[in-house]
Amino acid sequence: MPTSPPAAAEAAAEPAAAAAAPVRARSPRGRATPYLFLAPALVVYGAFLLFPLARAVQFSFYDYDGLTVGTFVGLRNYAAVLTDEGLREAFGHALVLIAFFALLPLLIGFVLAALLVRSRVRGLPLFRTVVFLPQVIAMVVVAVAWRRIYAPDGTLNELLRGVGLDGLARTWLGDYATALPAVGVIGTWYSTGLVTVLLMAGMARVPKELYEAASLDGASPARQLRALTLPAIRPEIAVALTLTIIAALKTFDLVYVTTGGGPGTSTTVPSYEVYRRAFELGEVGAAAAVGVVLTVLIFGINLVVNRVADRSR
Amino acid sequence: MSAPALGTRRPGDGAGRPAGRPRGPSGGSAAHRAASYVVLVGFAVLALGPVVTVLAAALTPERASDGGGLRPQNFAEAWVQGRFGDYMTTSALVAVVVVVAATLLSIMSGYAFGTMEFRGREVLFYLFLLGIMVPSEAVVVPLFFDLRTLGLTNTVWGIAAPQVAQSVAFGTYWMRAYFRTTNRSLIEAARLDGAGSHRVLWSVLVPIGRPAITTLVLLVFMWTWNEFLIPLVMAPAGDLRTAPLGLALFQGQYTQGTSLLAAGAVLVALPVVVVYLFLQRHFIRGMLEGAVRE
Repeated sequence: MPTSPPAAAEAAAEPAAAAAAPVRARSPRGRATPYLFLAPALVVYGAFLLFPLARAVQFSFYDYDGLTVGTFVGLRNYAAVLTDEGLREAFGHALVLIAFFALLPLLIGFVLAALLVRSRVRGLPLFRTVVFLPQVIAMVVVAVAWRRIYAPDGTLNELLRGVGLDGLARTWLGDYATALPAVGVIGTWYSTGLVTVLLMAGMARVPKELYEAASLDGASPARQLRALTLPAIRPEIAVALTLTIIAALKTFDLVYVTTGGGPGTSTTVPSYEVYRRAFELGEVGAAAAVGVVLTVLIFGINLVVNRVADRSR
Repeated sequence: MSAPALGTRRPGDGAGRPAGRPRGPSGGSAAHRAASYVVLVGFAVLALGPVVTVLAAALTPERASDGGGLRPQNFAEAWVQGRFGDYMTTSALVAVVVVVAATLLSIMSGYAFGTMEFRGREVLFYLFLLGIMVPSEAVVVPLFFDLRTLGLTNTVWGIAAPQVAQSVAFGTYWMRAYFRTTNRSLIEAARLDGAGSHRVLWSVLVPIGRPAITTLVLLVFMWTWNEFLIPLVMAPAGDLRTAPLGLALFQGQYTQGTSLLAAGAVLVALPVVVVYLFLQRHFIRGMLEGAVRE
C-alpha cells in the first residue's frame, strides 16, 4: 500500500541537512536520526489510519456497493446526510444521546463533586475506584448487563412490581417510547463516574482559604459554587464534555448489542448507520460519507469545547 | 462525632471561624457529613448495580434441575461450551501484538518528538494528534475493502494493525509528553559518555520512564481488549473472534442460556477489571490526562 507520509519525511530530511545544523546533529548520520526513530510509527500510522481516512473521503464521493465499480456522484452522499429521513433521524438520536452521555452526567457530577470534595468522609479512594469502574468494562459487557436489567422479567420491572407499580413495567428496550431513553440511561451510568472524578480533581485544586474568606464575607454556598468553583474547574469541564460527547457519538457497540437500532429505527445512531449501510445494505459510499461527517463533528466539538475553555481561563 | 470536634482535628483549620456557622462548600457540619455518606454509598450502589446483576446471574443455576445455591460451574461451561476459551485466546493474541507494537513504536516516535530538533517536527506531530480524534467508524469501511484485497481480512494482522495505528497516535502524544519532562542534563551526560541515540533511549530514558510506559501499556491493553467494531468488521469468516465479539454473537444466538451468557460476560470483563483493581491509578490518570490537549 503506497503511503505518502513516510516519503514526505524522507524528503524533509534533505533540506534539514542543508540548513544550519541543529545542536544535536553532529554528523550527516545524526541528522537523519530523528526520522529513523519516527519512521516505523509513521509507516504504520500512515498505512492503517491516514491512508484509510483519505480513502474514506474518496469513497464518500462514489455510489459504490462494495462489489462492482463505483460511479462518481459528487456530494450526493453528503446531501443525503441532510435529506435522507433515516440518516437525519440517526443524527437526531445522537443529539438525544449527547444529553444523556454528557449533559446529565455533568449536572449530576457537579453536584456530587461539590458535595464530596470538601467533606471529610472516609473511603473516598475506594469510592473513586468504584465509580470509575464502568469506564474499564467492555461496552459489550455493559450492554449485556443492562439488557438483563431492562428485560421483561428483569431487575427494573421486578423492582417496579415489588413496590406496586406494575403498570409501569414494560419491555424497556422493545418499546418505541422508551428504547432511546433506556439506551441513554446506560450512557449516563457510564459517564457520571468519570465526570465526578474529573470535577473532584479540579475542585480539590481550589485553595480552601478562598472558600473560608468567601464564607466570612457572607457568601452563600450557592454563590461560592458559582463565583469560585465554576471558574476554577473550567478546564475539567471542557475535558469532561469532550470525552463524554465523543463517547455519545461512538455508541456502535452499545446500540448493536442492546437494540440493533430497533424497535423499527427508533435507536439507530450515525455510527450504527455506518456499519449497517456498508456491510448490510451495500451502500458503501453513503456509509463512508456518514463516517467522514462523524469525524468532522468530533473535530469540531473538540475545537469548540477547548476554544471556549481557553477563552474564559 | 460532633462538628466542633471535627473542626479542631486538623491544625490551622477552624481557628478563626465562628463556631456553628454554616461553612458552605468547605463543609464539615454533621449534617453535611451524613449527607455525603448517603450520596457516597448511594452512588456506589448505582455504579455497582449492573455489575452485581451480571455476577449474580453468572452464579445462578440455569435450570431448576441443577439444584439451588451458587453454581460456579457456569464459568467452566461458558469457557468450553460457550467457546469463551477460544475467544479469550484470540483476544489475548491480538492484545499482545497491539500492545507490544504500539508501545515500541510510540516510545521511538515520542523520543524523536520530545528530545530532538528536526524539520517538520510541528507538522508531523499535529498529524499524529489528528489520529487521536479519528473514530474507528470513519476508517473501518475502506480498511475492510482494502485489506480484503490484500488478503489480510480474517487474520490477526488485519484485526491488529488498524488498532496499532490508532494506539500509536495516542502513544506518540503520551510518550512525547513524558520525554519533554525528562532532564536534559541526563541526556547530555550520557552522550558525553559516548552513548548513541539508541543507548540514551533504551538504557537511560526508558528505565526511568517506567511509570509513563506502564500507563500507556495498560491503556492500550484496555482499548484493544474492549474494541468491538474493528474485529467485527475485519474477521467476517467467524473463525477469529475476539472476546467481546464472541459475547455479542452468543447473546444474539441463544435466547435461553442467560446464566452462560452472564458467565461469559464476566469472563470477558475480568482481565481488564482485575488489572484495573490493582493499578487503578494508572487507568484514571491516563484517561483523564490523556484527554487534556495542549
